[in-house]
Amino acid sequence: MGVEGIGASVVRKEDRRFITGRGRYVDDIKIVGLTHAHFVRSPHAHAKIKSIDIAAAKGMPGVVGVLTGQQIVDDKVGNLICGWAITSKDGTGMKMGAWPAMAPEIVRFAGQAVAVVIAETKNQARDAAEAVVVDYEELPVASDIRAAIKPGAPQLHPEAAGNVIYDWTIGEEAATDAAFKAAANVVSLDITNNRLVPNAMEPRAAIAEYNDAEEHFTLYTTSQNPHVARLVLSAFYNIAQEHKLRVVAPDVGGGFGSKIFIYPEEMVALWASKKVNRPVKWTGDRSEAFLTDAHGRDHLTKAEMAFDKDNKVTALRVKTYANLGAYMSLFSSSVPTYLYATLLSGQYNIPNIFAEVISVYTNTTPVDAYRGAGRPEASFVVERLMETAARQLKVDPAELRRKNFITTFPHQTPVIMAYDVGDFGASLDSAMKAIDYAGFPARKAKAKAEGKLRGIGISCYIEACGIAPSKAVGSLGAGVGLWESAEVRVNPVGTIEILTGSHSHGQGHETTFAQLVAGRLGIPISQVSIVHGDTDKVQFGMGTYGSRSAAVGMSAIFKAMEKVEAKAKKIAAHQLEASEADIVIENGEFKVTGTDKSIALPMVALAAYTAHNLPDGMEPGLKEGAFYDPTNFTFPAGAYICEIEVDSGTGKTSFVNFVAADDFGTLINPMIVEGQVHGGLAQGIGQALLEGAVYDSSGQLMTASFMDYTMPRADDLPSFKLSHTTTECPGNPLGVKGCGEAGAIGASAAVINAITDAIGNNKLEMPASPDRVWHAIHG
Amino acid sequence: MYETTYHRPSSVDEAAALFAKGKEAKYLAGGHTLLPVMKQRLASPSDVIDLGKIKDLVGIEMSGDALTIKAATTYFDILQSADAKKAIPAIVHLTSVLGDPQVRYRGTIGGSIANNDPAADFPAAVLALGATVKTNKRSIAGDGFFKGLFSTALEDGEIITAISFPIPARAGYSKMRHPASRFALTGVFVVKTKAGDVRVAATGASQNGVMRVPAVEAALKANWSAGALDNVTISTDGLLADIHGSSAYRANLIKVMAQRAVTAAG
Ligand SMILES: Cc1cc2nc3c(=O)[nH]c(=O)nc-3n(C[C@H](O)[C@H](O)[C@H](O)COP(=O)(O)OP(=O)(O)OC[C@H]3O[C@@H](n4cnc5c(N)ncnc54)[C@H](O)[C@@H]3O)c2cc1C
Repeated sequence: MGVEGIGASVVRKEDRRFITGRGRYVDDIKIVGLTHAHFVRSPHAHAKIKSIDIAAAKGMPGVVGVLTGQQIVDDKVGNLICGWAITSKDGTGMKMGAWPAMAPEIVRFAGQAVAVVIAETKNQARDAAEAVVVDYEELPVASDIRAAIKPGAPQLHPEAAGNVIYDWTIGEEAATDAAFKAAANVVSLDITNNRLVPNAMEPRAAIAEYNDAEEHFTLYTTSQNPHVARLVLSAFYNIAQEHKLRVVAPDVGGGFGSKIFIYPEEMVALWASKKVNRPVKWTGDRSEAFLTDAHGRDHLTKAEMAFDKDNKVTALRVKTYANLGAYMSLFSSSVPTYLYATLLSGQYNIPNIFAEVISVYTNTTPVDAYRGAGRPEASFVVERLMETAARQLKVDPAELRRKNFITTFPHQTPVIMAYDVGDFGASLDSAMKAIDYAGFPARKAKAKAEGKLRGIGISCYIEACGIAPSKAVGSLGAGVGLWESAEVRVNPVGTIEILTGSHSHGQGHETTFAQLVAGRLGIPISQVSIVHGDTDKVQFGMGTYGSRSAAVGMSAIFKAMEKVEAKAKKIAAHQLEASEADIVIENGEFKVTGTDKSIALPMVALAAYTAHNLPDGMEPGLKEGAFYDPTNFTFPAGAYICEIEVDSGTGKTSFVNFVAADDFGTLINPMIVEGQVHGGLAQGIGQALLEGAVYDSSGQLMTASFMDYTMPRADDLPSFKLSHTTTECPGNPLGVKGCGEAGAIGASAAVINAITDAIGNNKLEMPASPDRVWHAIHG
Repeated sequence: MYETTYHRPSSVDEAAALFAKGKEAKYLAGGHTLLPVMKQRLASPSDVIDLGKIKDLVGIEMSGDALTIKAATTYFDILQSADAKKAIPAIVHLTSVLGDPQVRYRGTIGGSIANNDPAADFPAAVLALGATVKTNKRSIAGDGFFKGLFSTALEDGEIITAISFPIPARAGYSKMRHPASRFALTGVFVVKTKAGDVRVAATGASQNGVMRVPAVEAALKANWSAGALDNVTISTDGLLADIHGSSAYRANLIKVMAQRAVTAAG
């Protein structure tokens, strides 16, 4: 594989540019004649727009245009779409309300755009936006799930009676009910999965440029999937045709899911660039990010688990209300259904599962996929139940889990997923050893003697990644296929460019993808460049999310590489007058096995392009493409255990230790994997201890800045101890499973299990802030 | 940010004169409170008068029984001061748990006192130590300086020049950080004066900003020990309640932080 191939912790190629401030983000792009957009946003969570007066704003210095929601409607710009159709249990489709990019009539969440001002400078746009006079008639507000489903609740959209978008089920209800009736023990929990704000480092931004001579648009935007953005913008919004629209997602500073979706602001920038016939730029500020980036999670769940007399799980019954906010964002419908309920079997052999998910509208920011997307919520349900059951049944929580682990593969769960491979016991063993589980009772006793409350918590998570087999997701309602494409271009002098439909916004693809190629050919990674994020360069791609870039994106590169290598071997064999079957690739050379005859890659490439001496009938050039559609999801899994101490005087939790034992299949670059796990754990711990988006009853976001929304800081987190227990994924040629979301999926249950162990009661919701923990202890 | 005119006077008198001339002038010290508010367009001063470069407003002095910190002295400079460490280590500790390094490099003691954020740390030290706030016009006793949320005894245009802290027999500060902002969710400063008096101030807890805590003072006066507070109850009347802490939680924190401050004070 070579020193820089798969498995090597190579330093990231992209970091030189990032660390020296040479990254090129959307906001860094300079275009002649650029104008600046500033949005006029609703201060109310629910209101009727009686009138908008733009006259004064139009006359302000530097103003190029003032555009309103009504103009968007008049121009027949399409409403925002939701790309995954969910069918309710009664067979009806989802009840989706219209979401125009700027509200013409009704605003349904605080921060929704109603107009935009385009001006020569950012400040002029902002000044003029303040001069836009909007007369609102306030309407009653439903600011959370409970308020939205109450009888007589304010109705958000005429399409969705009682604010219910769908009432969906999965699994066998009758069999599950029967298993509960026959159960020796039942454990039940009410769970709130707190709402989170993604807070990528770089706020969303867009620069739209219209060339009227060519009737062509270019959109530079902060996207995790520029091709999907182009597809949606052209196919649904009537702004530009696909071949007349180039979407570029240059360096992007984090996404965590929030940059998958096509948002109103980017659409408006594109539309406005033609209206004012000037390039238009919008860069969101942090306040706009809080108010308009799709939030994550926000479930209310009742969950019950049935056990037989041997403490084997016999059934799981779950009812979840999911808050989708005021409008249905691009993949919002799939997150609490197919990305959530299909993982409710966890790592366990559960013969009967039934889940019902009711998604509702509220007067809040739309909710969609956020790191883990549905799977953290599922994992939290299962792992909180397991821990609670162990306490109720008075058995060791590790042993209860072990007793119920799935141990033979493939394993078909009652909720669609077919797990291909895993060794859950190995991960748990590794984590227990790392944390010295056996020594915990003594440590707890010692802490108690010192007046401290110590607890330990386990979380054995599983996730479905490598998203996703196109046919399978199509049958479940997805509007897109989830394959990936790649193109390998060997240049005439032997350097290589890889064009990929994956998009890197922090994941390190420029390094890991190059490692795959470098390893196969035995060349340094410096000879390989990764090209991504530009619809003019890469033919098509589905982007990066759902821990899919290694399992799906790299598998596409693998396939394209096989084609390139096959052709190169033919050329080499021809040049060396040897049999193609005898050619092997080593250290950048094509060798005839068993001889000292060889030809270097640059010479093979040159031969391909000069075409002076190719085998008869061979086309010149050395460039191949491939599409890869996975046959199954991948199933990363692992065991996280944390040990914490609670200060009973203040309710503050501090970490004694946090260990993570993950099975990600093959590791491409262990250092990058470690970084991904660290980041994921930070977000999982953030959800458990710190983060929570809170609205008041009038629909105002109370946590609309970092002064009130607690982002994890370095000193909130322990030094993690990581280990890996590997079973290779049989579903893709690399054996990889994905590692991008695991930490965020598995960590929060471990933390809450540990705190509830320490304080000796289970009445604790996330985020387990000092105030809440103190009240849980003291009432 | 709206347009404004920036001035950099070199003396206190010049600053006061510029302020008088401005339509809606504001003094600027570290800018860590004023500038974010201006960027959000929640403040639109016509003139911004920078006090940070006035030599007379920077420095720390020990004289007799007092430690005097000039108004535009940064938190960082306080942390570096051997005099401060020697005279009142509790002030240095308070400074070390205030904000983050960026805030401590820019923020000033005068800005903090003038702003009187109900969760700021320094007001607790000023009140508990019975400090004197010196201005370009007069001296104001710490007890009379803070007037509820974000308001003080300062008159329009009055400049704080220094804060003079009497050196105590013992003093300690303990702070429960607000999880998000890292201001004080509740911070308690306890003082035993050289005359044997006990003064205790709590910040972050009350709806009216920094306050004395008589119940804790009485118990500590009788018995200067953490244990002396075990049976003290703090009323929740007038205490803050928000998503980060109920009033009952803050009442508890006043007691627990006071106990820890006493332990720290020795
Ligand atoms: C991220 C962050 C975290 C923070 N954390 C904490 C914390 O944990 N604890 C804490 O106590 N504070 C905290 N602060 C606030 C910080 O201490 C501020 O810097 C301080 O409140 C104001 O000081 P300044 O020098 O920055 O004043 P400025 O912002 O420059 O001024 C503040 C106000 O005081 C006035 N003013 C300034 N100097 C004088 C003077 N000499 N005479 C009269 N008026 C004057 C100004 O006109 C203005 O109205 C934090 C701030 C930030 C941004």
